[in-house]
Amino acid sequence: MFDSMKFWTVLTRLAGILVLLFLLLPLFAIIPLAFNAGSIVSYPMTGLSTRWFEAVVSTPRWLNSIGNSMIVAAATVALSVPLGTAAALGLDRLHFAGKSVVMAILISPMIVPVIITAVGVYFFFAPMGLANSLLGLILAHSAIAVPYVLVSVNAVASQRDRRLERAGSSLGATPFVVFRTITMPLILPGIVSGAIFAFAASFDEVVIAMMITGPDQKTLPRELLSGTRENLDPSVLAVATIIIAISAGLLVALNLVGAKRKVAG
Amino acid sequence: MTIDSAAMRSNIVGLALIAPLVIFLAFTFLVPLGRMLVLSVSDTELAAIMPRSVIALASWDGETLPDEEAFAAVAADLAAAREDRTAGTAARRLGYASAEWRTVLSSTARSLPDDASSITNWQDTLVSIEPAWGQAKIWHALAEARGPFTDIHVLTALGMDGGPDSGLYVNVLVRTFVIAISATAICLLLAMPAAYLLSSVSGPLAGLLMLTLLLPLWTSVLVRSTSWLVILQKNGILNQILMALRITNAPLDLIYNRTGVLIALTHVLLPYAVLPLYAAMKSLPKSQMQASRSLGGGPLSGFFRVYLPQVLPGLSAGGLMVFILALGYYITPLLLGGQGDQMLPFYIAYNTLQALNWGLAASLAGGLLIVTVILYLLYVRLVGVERVRV
Repeated sequence: MFDSMKFWTVLTRLAGILVLLFLLLPLFAIIPLAFNAGSIVSYPMTGLSTRWFEAVVSTPRWLNSIGNSMIVAAATVALSVPLGTAAALGLDRLHFAGKSVVMAILISPMIVPVIITAVGVYFFFAPMGLANSLLGLILAHSAIAVPYVLVSVNAVASQRDRRLERAGSSLGATPFVVFRTITMPLILPGIVSGAIFAFAASFDEVVIAMMITGPDQKTLPRELLSGTRENLDPSVLAVATIIIAISAGLLVALNLVGAKRKVAG
Repeated sequence: MTIDSAAMRSNIVGLALIAPLVIFLAFTFLVPLGRMLVLSVSDTELAAIMPRSVIALASWDGETLPDEEAFAAVAADLAAAREDRTAGTAARRLGYASAEWRTVLSSTARSLPDDASSITNWQDTLVSIEPAWGQAKIWHALAEARGPFTDIHVLTALGMDGGPDSGLYVNVLVRTFVIAISATAICLLLAMPAAYLLSSVSGPLAGLLMLTLLLPLWTSVLVRSTSWLVILQKNGILNQILMALRITNAPLDLIYNRTGVLIALTHVLLPYAVLPLYAAMKSLPKSQMQASRSLGGGPLSGFFRVYLPQVLPGLSAGGLMVFILALGYYITPLLLGGQGDQMLPFYIAYNTLQALNWGLAASLAGGLLIVTVILYLLYVRLVGVERVRV
């Protein structure tokens, strides 16, 4: 007998597998082409070679942009982690009705389209001479990265066992000692995953980088955008592969911290 | 210490901890966005370059031609602007009302006599250089552009300015919404089976499937767009497969058009639709569908009458988030779309960096910002601020 329930279940699962493949396969489609011996960015490949990676690491333009990206992402982490952590702990202490409004404002840089932030920051920074500087880019990246730190730390902080801190204070520890020896270790996973999120937010960002960097401050995604639009050769795909590898590394790091991406919904 | 004063102390410490971030975001985010909104209605370019004309026109009745004093003021301003090389900026600003005025202003600035001492009648001089000065129209344009505020950029953005490109931005707005709604609909449709599959497996396989969702989410949008460009190009792998399977004889045009934009945009946004839907499905007991079945419901009626209504909150949360995000994408349409597929963010960037019409860029960005904020507040209200995660 035709089991219609089973038919629908199999059909749905098959569709589900196809959708997940649709999500995953495009990431891998370009990786082999980065190892292509020929200089065309399409299949079939003419042989295996690492020449395009060698080309990337011997081109000053790419090396310079990798350096810029690392500096900007590291500085973004250094700036956004303390600011976001302090604010998350501050929010944790607030007890008034407007708390969620404060939270909504503080995480709004995550929601506002980057192009708007980019234009706003460009108009604001240009007269101050911050438009063509790494400092300007670091400040803008920190603004969009800080909500990730805030949300990560907030998620961990709201789950922590507050009795430990109260026990510490009642035994005579000063607030600073309580923070350093109790609160800090408890929220550390949130801080670390926030730092990873912040690094990724800066490292992947291209729209602000496009608006407010001059030729000397180009970041890796900014050079990748130029390469994709103007001269799409396998070295561009080699750079894309490097970025995919770094992203995958960050995802693994995030899983090791144990604070998996909190599922929305 | 009473409970109230303890709560008060806690609030004060809390606010002190938040203050550095508030100050930081004020400088790097909130004030820049506020300034941008002000810029969309402010109009100081012309007044800065032609101050004498602005003063002379303040007492103009607007019906007859202005007096000789105004003609002399325009001549003096344009001569000075020619010295300072700012005439082009003034001409560009006046050109927002009509491209014709841009030409009139630059050619007048160019053709003014070097030695002004011999001129006794500026009206005749200007009219002889450009007859347009003999008509009230250009004077109206000058008077309207004197600032400090203007509605011209907002009206242009809304297609109500009556200027040369009137309607361009209405098209862009409609197109932006059409693309965002199409991408949202496709995402929700694809998210259903994917979320169902994720919610129905358990153990290590579930973790592995989750990874297929998170890895794309973690990969930069630019890299994914580049990847689609390679896959969808004329001799790309998709066309090769389609031709090998004899589905098509000639390669299909899949990039630089709406198809390419929608495919890539769907890929970028799909995880945001799957995640909340997955959470909603996961929390649903399996026994419900069994109950529906034992009561005689078929698979389809069970789905539509039992399953769907209960996962609807997850579905709408994902749909709203996808829509909000879709409105703001710049890179994906830039790489995969043609000229007719560029969305609002493209025109914001274009007016900022190429056309140098900052007022219009600010108006377009302000409009997008207002729509985004309204939808964001709706999301916070319906779904909760603690579930905002991008």
